[in-house]
This record gives sequence, structure tokens and C-alpha cells, in this order.
Amino acid sequence: MSPITRAARAVWEFVVGDDPLTALGVVVALGATAVIAGAGAAAWWVMPPAVLAMLAVSLRRAAR
Amino acid sequence: MSGADLGLAVSVFLACAVEAVEALTIVLAVGVTRSWRSALYGVGAAVLALAVIVAALGPAIDALPINALRVVVGGLLLVFGLQWLRKAILRASGRKALRDEASEFASETAAARAAGGARPGFDGYSFTIAFKGVLLEGLEVAFIVLTFGASQHNIGLAAVAAGVAVLAVVLAGLAARAPLARVPENSMKFAVGVMLTSFGTFWGAEGAGASWPGGDAALLAIIPGLLIASLGLVQWLRRASVGSAVGEPA
Repeated sequence: MSPITRAARAVWEFVVGDDPLTALGVVVALGATAVIAGAGAAAWWVMPPAVLAMLAVSLRRAAR
Repeated sequence: MSGADLGLAVSVFLACAVEAVEALTIVLAVGVTRSWRSALYGVGAAVLALAVIVAALGPAIDALPINALRVVVGGLLLVFGLQWLRKAILRASGRKALRDEASEFASETAAARAAGGARPGFDGYSFTIAFKGVLLEGLEVAFIVLTFGASQHNIGLAAVAAGVAVLAVVLAGLAARAPLARVPENSMKFAVGVMLTSFGTFWGAEGAGASWPGGDAALLAIIPGLLIASLGLVQWLRRASVGSAVGEPA
């Protein structure tokens, strides 16, 4: 494994950790917020329920 | 100092104190069992490496346009904060073992003794373990200092809060001459997880173009709201645990 691959893997593990699905959920939720805000509508309400849903799903998977 | 600045200072202080307690346990273990001098060289080298990382990345992050910065930093804080919060909730609900500094210290000292006798002069084992411990625990703190500080355009305040936390832990460690087993680490991690996730939610949405009702005051609803929801999730997992235990065959 090259040093660059090792460094990239270390950064990935440091930031994303063992739950890549949550990281993907964060990107999708922020994207949805940007799309709704870009259309001129109120978009602040997207993130709070999305965050709670991600947390609950992540906990449910971890607790199994 | 604004409410957001206070939130920044408290979050960084708590996060840094928790990581410093964990690093102190590692350094104490190799220092007591092998070589204090080599362990402290390792600490110094790690602190230097962390200072270089913060000095190199800080100005680069600070130079980003505010919206791009907040969406990136908000996203990173969310990913990071949700990991802290998930682990803290699992620990609080009994689904994951609580971290115990006394047993961590015992396991580190056992490993240090098993590695053979310390060499006179410079002991590579003590240096490496102390260096790795402080660097790895410190990287999380550096990440939080940079992201939180840059979003508030106040890396200086974040760095001061981190420095005060490290100083407090080091002084407490010197006074106790033992791992700080009585520090409520898991509660502190719970609080840090709530703060990181709340600020990540706030800044991420702002960076993506949303406007919060009430501006910064929205944090006064987001933080307690997430705290209450997290405590509710703890209860939910406890009940699920009891329910599954009841349903299990004897």
C-alpha cells in the first residue's frame, strides 16, 4: 500500500469512522437543504429531523 | 463574549479535557513503569507535531469563503459529533462498556512491563507510546479547535480553551500522581457529542443556504432539543435492552 493510500485511509477512518452510512446521510441532508434553499423556500427545518433520524438509525444498527 | 463564543469555548474545553485525561493515562503508564524522560520527549514531539498541523491548516481553513467553510465544517462536525454522541448514548444505556481510566492504566502498565526492561538513557518504547498516545488523542482536539474556531472566526479562543483544558488536566494529574479515574469522562463525552452535533447542524444548514429563525438564537433551541432527544434515545435503548433480556429464554 502506497503512503498516499495509507494517508487517505487514515483520514477516512479518522473522520468517517465505522459508520459511513451516517456520513452519507449528512451529505444527502446538506444537499437537500441546499436544493430547497436554492429554490427560495425555507430550508432550516430539514437538518434537525434528519440528524435525529440518522442518530436513531445508527444506534439501532450499533445496538443489534 | 457571545453565546456562540461561549458554546465554542465550553465545547473545546470539554473535548480537550477528555482527550487530555486519556493521553495522561498513557503517558503516566509508560513514565511510571519505564522512563519518564523518554515519555516526556514523546509528549514534546507530539505537541510540536500538533502545533505544526494547527499552524499549517488554520490559516488555510480561515481563508475559505464563509458559506463554503460552514457547509464543509458543519458537515465534518456533524459526522464527527454523531460518532461521539452515538458512543456516549451506547455507553449511557449500558450497551457499551464505560471507559475506565484505572483499568486502562493497568492494561498500559502491563503492556509496558511485558515489552521488557527499559533501556538506560533513551527508551524507544516509552517515547513511541507517549508520542502516539498524545498525537492520536490530540488530533481529535486539533480537528475540533480548527473546525469550531474557523466557523466562529475565532481559532484563538478555541486554542486558549484547549490550552486551559490541557493545563487543568496536567495540574490535576501532577496533584493526584495517578490516572484521573474520577473525571466524569462519559458525561463529558455526551456533552461534547451534543455540542458538536448541534453546531454542525446549525453551521451546515447555514452554509447550505438556509436561514435559521432567530439567527444564532436558534442554537438555544437546537442544543437542548438534541440533548432531550439523546436522553430519550438512552431510555429507549435501556428499555429495548430490558425487553430483549425479558424475552430471552432462561
